[in-house]
Amino acid sequence: MTEFLQQIINGLAFGSILALIALGYTMVYGILRFINFAHGDVFMLGAFAGFYLAPKIATLIPLPSILGGLAVLVASMVICAALGVLIERLAYRPLRRSPKLTVLITAIGVSLFLEYTGQFVFGAAPKKFPQILPVYPIAKIGGLSLNSNQVIVLGTTLLLLFVLRFIVLKTKMGMAMRAVSFNPEAAALMGVNTDIVISFTFALGSALAAAAGILWAVNYPAIDPLMGILPGLKAFVAAVLGGIGNLPGAALGGIIIGVIETLVSGYVSSTYRDAIAFAVLILILLIRPSGLLGKKEVEKV
Amino acid sequence: MNIRHAKTVLLGVLAVFLVLSLFASRINGYWLNNLYDIGIGIIMAVSLNLINGYTGQFSLGHAGFMAVGAYTAAVITNQFGELNVFAESGVFAVALFAGGLAAALAGLLVGVPTLRLRGDYLAIVTLGFGEIIRVILQNMDVVGGARGLSVMHGWTNLFWAFGLAAVTVYVIASLVNSTYGRGFIAVHDDEVAAEAMGINTTKYKVTAFVVGAFFAGVAGGLYAHSKQFLTPSGFGFMQSITFVVMVILGGMGNTIGVILAAILLTLLPEGLRLVSGIEHLPGIAAERPLNWIGETRMIIYSLLLIVLMLTRPQGLFRLKKSPLAKH
Repeated sequence: MTEFLQQIINGLAFGSILALIALGYTMVYGILRFINFAHGDVFMLGAFAGFYLAPKIATLIPLPSILGGLAVLVASMVICAALGVLIERLAYRPLRRSPKLTVLITAIGVSLFLEYTGQFVFGAAPKKFPQILPVYPIAKIGGLSLNSNQVIVLGTTLLLLFVLRFIVLKTKMGMAMRAVSFNPEAAALMGVNTDIVISFTFALGSALAAAAGILWAVNYPAIDPLMGILPGLKAFVAAVLGGIGNLPGAALGGIIIGVIETLVSGYVSSTYRDAIAFAVLILILLIRPSGLLGKKEVEKV
Repeated sequence: MNIRHAKTVLLGVLAVFLVLSLFASRINGYWLNNLYDIGIGIIMAVSLNLINGYTGQFSLGHAGFMAVGAYTAAVITNQFGELNVFAESGVFAVALFAGGLAAALAGLLVGVPTLRLRGDYLAIVTLGFGEIIRVILQNMDVVGGARGLSVMHGWTNLFWAFGLAAVTVYVIASLVNSTYGRGFIAVHDDEVAAEAMGINTTKYKVTAFVVGAFFAGVAGGLYAHSKQFLTPSGFGFMQSITFVVMVILGGMGNTIGVILAAILLTLLPEGLRLVSGIEHLPGIAAERPLNWIGETRMIIYSLLLIVLMLTRPQGLFRLKKSPLAKH
């Protein structure tokens, strides 16, 4: 039983990172109706931004410390937000009126470009992420161990979820985002500047991916330029599982995928873990294609 | 392609490569290997073109089908020792066919869930299937798991590689140009309208997947017997992307263009490698002045893909509007 609970804790930590990435996928899909394949690579760049920033920040604020870790997190989020906007501006905006397939392939191209450029600039070998947060085991309840990193991952994720919820539901920009995702043409006619809303969405999603990248690197401190591929795909599966375009769904999907994957690798076979997410995806698409929390869409001719 | 002369052309190609394969020992092994890769690339690209181009579906897991065919064919031929020429050809043909059938079965498994999915979802599910196949192979100790599988016989030659490429082109072109084949294009053009006109869109989509997967499996068998070593990671997402890029470069649903793109893309990495190895250029003092191309060739490749999509989404070789170019 303790082992089971331990696996659940590990799964929650892993799943909440996936949830952060999934939110970016689901927001972009909600507004532009396309899979931003490069999103997983923004996650990778977030981790690398932290890797290169940490020594610089350490000269101002001593690392590892809570404040310093927070500074690394925020700096990386800002950098990736700018990068997300840049990618959208250069690669996706010229294709706003193109067939979906063209945009999808461009997104794959952007993803490959970021991976190979990463390999060229950062080197292909894994790098050890510096320790930016102090680690101490917080609780040992009858064999269960919960360390501060896991608590920080869960806490940061929850905090970011609330911030996101606030932005989307309570601010003017959030209202514009919802309007554009509901009907871009009508929103534009009502005076919403869709280009700015789309840029803002990319900034928000990329910032969340960067946060996920830092949290990932804190927990699994070996980072390399291809680290974004699998988490990116799994996060996409999480977004579909929750119902794509649905924010609470993406968070829920991330947690579910994280827990299932950890349980399977703990109890069945760790070598099959990378196939689990896809098996879940195929099942959900067969049984409930609109996802757990998604609404069924009727096709209009 | 003019269908009336197609059979003659097919037989001609088969005969030419049968003769050529007799002189293959005079070709340098490095180039011979590149030629096999071109033949395999053509089969992969043309068969994917049936799914992605003509039928308008979007498969990102074509390398997975190739893997199924490669492993099946390799396991079959590994049961045999040295054989004489005739027995060898017979066994190889059976093994390739079995590889194709196994891949077609996998294609059926992918095709069935696709009945309900479109566009992006289909892309991600096929990607998922490709990954699942890779993970399963990695866990199968019978075929060496992640360590890989040695293939005893290097039976692939010019005749098999290009003969089967010609057969693939012939079968797929005939299929699409037949009365039955209009259905594929109808599904591509407008699924809802096709359905309303009484076309069983589901059946066409599954057929496209099964036929496409069959030929990918055959190509896999050829690949296994040319490289003589298989690892599951050799059939990953990146491989699938390469074939998708061939179809896009060639122009979706344009068989000749796709063949040209397959040749071009197979030779491009080799060409860039050769260019970057040049020791001196006239007028430039530096040693190996083009070395940077070798290091950045994959970056160039991905940039090309983006630029191509922004400027020529209809592909490189589409000169006039084909009936498929609707956008």
